[in-house]
Formats: sequence, C-alpha cells, structure tokens
Amino acid sequence: MIKLKTPQAGTALYGATITLLCAWVLVPIFLVALGAFGGRPAVYQWPKSLWPASLSFNQLAIFLQIDGVWNAALSSIIAASLTMLFSLALGAPAGYALARFSFRGAFVFRLMILLTRAFPLAILALPLTVLFIRAGLYDTALGVSLVHTALALPFAVMVTASLFAGIPRELEEAAWVFGCTRWQAVRKIVLPLALPGMVASAIFAFVISWNEVFAASVLTVQHRTLTAYLLTVLSESPLHYRFAGGFILIVPSIVFIFAVRRYLFALWGVTNR
Amino acid sequence: MAAILIDHVSKSFGASVALAHLDLTVADGEFVALLGPSGCGKTTLLRIIAGLESKSSGRIVIGDRDVSDLPPAQRGLAMVFQNYAVFPHMTVFENVAFGLRMQKADEAHIRKQVMRASDLLQITPYLDRYPAKLSGGQRQRVAVARALAVEPAVLLMDEPLSNLDALLRLEMRAELKSVLKEAGTTTLYVTHDQTEAMGLADRIAVMNKGVIEQIDTPTVVYSKPASLFVGGFVGSPPMNFIRLQASDGTSNYSGDLKFPITSSTVLGFRGEDVTLVESGQGFEFHINVIEPMGSHLLLTGKINGQRVRVSAAPDTRFEAGMRCGVVVQPHRCVVMDSETGKVLRDAG
Repeated sequence: MIKLKTPQAGTALYGATITLLCAWVLVPIFLVALGAFGGRPAVYQWPKSLWPASLSFNQLAIFLQIDGVWNAALSSIIAASLTMLFSLALGAPAGYALARFSFRGAFVFRLMILLTRAFPLAILALPLTVLFIRAGLYDTALGVSLVHTALALPFAVMVTASLFAGIPRELEEAAWVFGCTRWQAVRKIVLPLALPGMVASAIFAFVISWNEVFAASVLTVQHRTLTAYLLTVLSESPLHYRFAGGFILIVPSIVFIFAVRRYLFALWGVTNR
Repeated sequence: MAAILIDHVSKSFGASVALAHLDLTVADGEFVALLGPSGCGKTTLLRIIAGLESKSSGRIVIGDRDVSDLPPAQRGLAMVFQNYAVFPHMTVFENVAFGLRMQKADEAHIRKQVMRASDLLQITPYLDRYPAKLSGGQRQRVAVARALAVEPAVLLMDEPLSNLDALLRLEMRAELKSVLKEAGTTTLYVTHDQTEAMGLADRIAVMNKGVIEQIDTPTVVYSKPASLFVGGFVGSPPMNFIRLQASDGTSNYSGDLKFPITSSTVLGFRGEDVTLVESGQGFEFHINVIEPMGSHLLLTGKINGQRVRVSAAPDTRFEAGMRCGVVVQPHRCVVMDSETGKVLRDAG
C-alpha cells in the first residue's frame, strides 16, 4: 500500500494516471494519423514532429481508389451490422433469462458461455471453412458475421444479464399488475431502461466484428472484409499507405462510439439508481 | 369494487411453510391491514393475491371471479409497491396513465382519470416531470395515483409508507386514509407498523408464522388479543403477561374472576388499564424505573419477579424502589393459557 502524505501528492498521482491512460489511447492514434497524413517523410522522420511538415490527403485518396476498398468496406459494414444484430437478438434473451429466472444449471450455463471463448479460432478455422463451403456460407458477409457473433455473444450475454439484473424486478411486476403480459412488460419497461447498456453492448459487438481479421481472412476470398482485404493488399505497399489504411480502419470505430456516447452515460438518471 | 375471499391458501418454499391453510375475507369497500413481524408471510400472501407469486394450494376469489390461475393483468387489481416501482423513463402523467393505456381507454377518459387521481394526491404540478426529479414522498403519491387512476376493484399495498421519514409517514397516513375513504376501494394493506395498521384499518389481521392469529377491529385486537403473540406484538408498550399462582386470590382484582388457576394460567392486561393502590392490596408491584412520557408516567417494575409496565397519571409521585399495589380491571384483561398461547376466556 502506498500511503499518500499530502493532498497534492494525491492530485498529482490522479493527474499522472489520467495522462497515462489518455496517452495509452491517443499516442497510437496520433502516430497512425501522422503516418496517414504526413506521407513518406512523416513515417520515417525521427524524432517525430507534432505536426507533419506537409499535410496531404494524397495517401488517403490513393488508398480509397485502390480497387475493391469500397466493396470491402461495405462487406465489413454488413458483417459488423449483422454481428451486432445477431449477438443482441441471441444475447439479450439469454441475459434476461440469467437475470430473472433461477433455473437448474444457471451457473454452468454462465460458465459455458464464457468457455466458448476458450476455443482458439485457429483450431476451428478448417472445420468451419469446410462446413461453410457445404452450407453455402463461405465467402459471404453472413458467414463471417456468424463467426463474429460467436465471438461477441459471450459479452452480449454477460453485459445484458447484469443490465437486466440492475433493473428492479418490481418495475416489471408493477407493469404486470397494471395490465401487461410478460412480453409487453419487457417491451414497455425493461427495454427502454436497458437501452443505454444495450447500445453499448451493440457497439462492442460491432467493433469486435470490424476489427476481427483472422476468421475474416480464412472464410472469405472474393468478398473480403476491410481488415482482411487490407491485410492482403497492404502487405506489399509502402509504409505510409499502410498507415492510411490503418487510419481508415480506426475512424469508423471512433466515430461510432462518439455518436452514441451519450447513451453510454446517464439517461433519465438511470445510472444514479 | 369487490370483496376478496382467500380460501385455504397455502404456500411453501421447499420444506419451509410460508402460509398454512390461510382463510381471510375482505368485504367490499373494507380496509384490512395485514400486520405482523418480518417473515410472517404477509407480503407473500399479498403477492399471491396479486398473482406475482404462485400458491401451493387454495383459491383466491375477487368479486365473484376465481382468479387463482389468472395472470396479474387479468385480476382487476392495482398495487402499490414498497419501493413505489414508479417507471423512471415515463413522466408522472404517463406513470399515472399507464394502467388506463394498457386498458386501451380513450384519450379523454385517460386525461380525466389522471387529473382526478393527481388532484386527489396533489401531484398535478409535477405531471410533466420525470420521477428522478421527485422526492420520496412525491414518488409515493405517484404510485398511489397510478393505482387509483384505474379505479381498481381491489387495491393491494405493500408497506407503502415504510420508505418515508417519520414525519412524512404520519402526514401520508392521514391523507391515505381520507383518499381511500373517498375512493371506497377494497384495500388490503401490508405493514409491520402497528400504529399504521391501527390508524388506517377497519380490521386488522395479525399474522405470525404463516397463520392469522386474530382478525378484528383495531380496538378489539388491542384490548382483547386472542393470543400471547398478538398481545405482545400490538401496542407499545406491549401487553403485560403475568403467570398466576394459586395463592393469587380474587382480592387481587377489583371484581370477581372466576376461573381455575393452573400452572399455565397467564393474566394479560394493558399498562393503562390498572389502578394503582397502596401497597398491600392487589398485586405487589416493585417499581424499578420511572419514565416521564409527558402524557403519563411509564413505570417499569416486577410483579412476582415478572416484568410489568404500567402507566400512571403524570402528576403522581413515584420513586424507584417504591412498592405499590396493582389492581387489574376485570373487564379490561384477558386470561391465556401459556401452553397453547391462546386466550382461555375473556375475563370480563
């Protein structure tokens, strides 16, 4: 245990921690952006300057003109959206069941959900490929999204379970007493209250899918997702183009989280509960 | 408006019995309080009536409908929850209107009912606010208004005042009584607070360990308890119980008490129902503690080594260590059997 002697020391430590955490997130993004906009000189220059000598959108423009980038981006968006949809559609009911019903094997069920993350994707890749070819899912955004759903589902279940558990049971009971069926009570009371958390969990699923590269690379050939596509295309490109590609990969995640950030914070004062 | 009939309802959780073959009738328009210590099954009974909890056996009839197997929505009742359960994502207006909206009432009717209920509970100024902006007392009013707006046949209340501070509770109690009187709704009210039950209810059902020990008007429950438990639970201070001895003759009482005194005969009397006399008459009372309560003096002491609390006029002079005689009014006491815990017969 570190014992703080003065309030100033506490404030300093607090400030330092915040700075460190911000740097942890911002420095890599800054370096990627520097490479993407500064072009070749910015990538190889050392020490790095805070602002590139020549700012240009050339790399980004050229990158966006690469054949198939737009199609790959579209595939990525479709796969990520489907992942978001599936993981919530399957995860939220499971989370609700875990939160509201005490049933035999609830604990084992919880454990099994987490255990799905214990299988390395590399081991599953070959059987999945064979299975997907047979089922006609190979090289489709749907196929990729199914695998990504498997990755995102444990989080969706756990997050929504704690979300639903945090909504007082009495609210639902009151809804029943005042004329709701179980489903109506969920739709009118539980879902609106759980919305902020559900959105957060949806974003999480989206980002998991958007960033995933291994399964996407193995399971697609023509219709690659953006990450998988960039991996193949950019491996032979100059470094600053790779930075441009990386930047384009980061942007949607950041924009998405910014767009819905208010849902992540207090809504109707629910977080004060 | 409807009567409630609880017919032989039982509930057990695994091996433990929460309710044992319970019978209770609440007349149309009557206000009955279920009073008992925590864990006595009163909330379980209320939740079974509401349909929120399943029963193990028995039957619930509301009006002339057997609702035993109906979901809560179809039982035609309203409920006020202990923590109010006001929907945080709806305005006060929408909260109060909720039940009516579920009934698909038309907009004009909803508006009229909401206005009526909110006027009654004085929450009209807050109709546009969200519950997060309301105080506990205001939320409680919203919960009651929501229940009254649907004009339920039966109103169930689960310790609705227990989350309020003492002063607000007193105020809300009186308001609740007048509001419910006006609405004329059949009400079943769960509480562990005996003053609440005494003040509000037409009849009190005192529950203990899953059975109703006594159901009667507040006055009778207070002065003529049917069991040791009821006498000890209702009233503050609780009823005095002293074990009689064969040597205690009729001289201890101001009248004739003709009952056989056995080793398990217990005499129960309220502290304010005695006459204090000179030492040598009545029961010999050793005073240990004197507490001036303003309206009276509370004397704590012993009769035959058994603790007794009696009250005396505020201007009388007593000192700790004094002795005096206690004479019990024959028509104001009960005789119990300590083995069964039940009343033997009224002494009066």
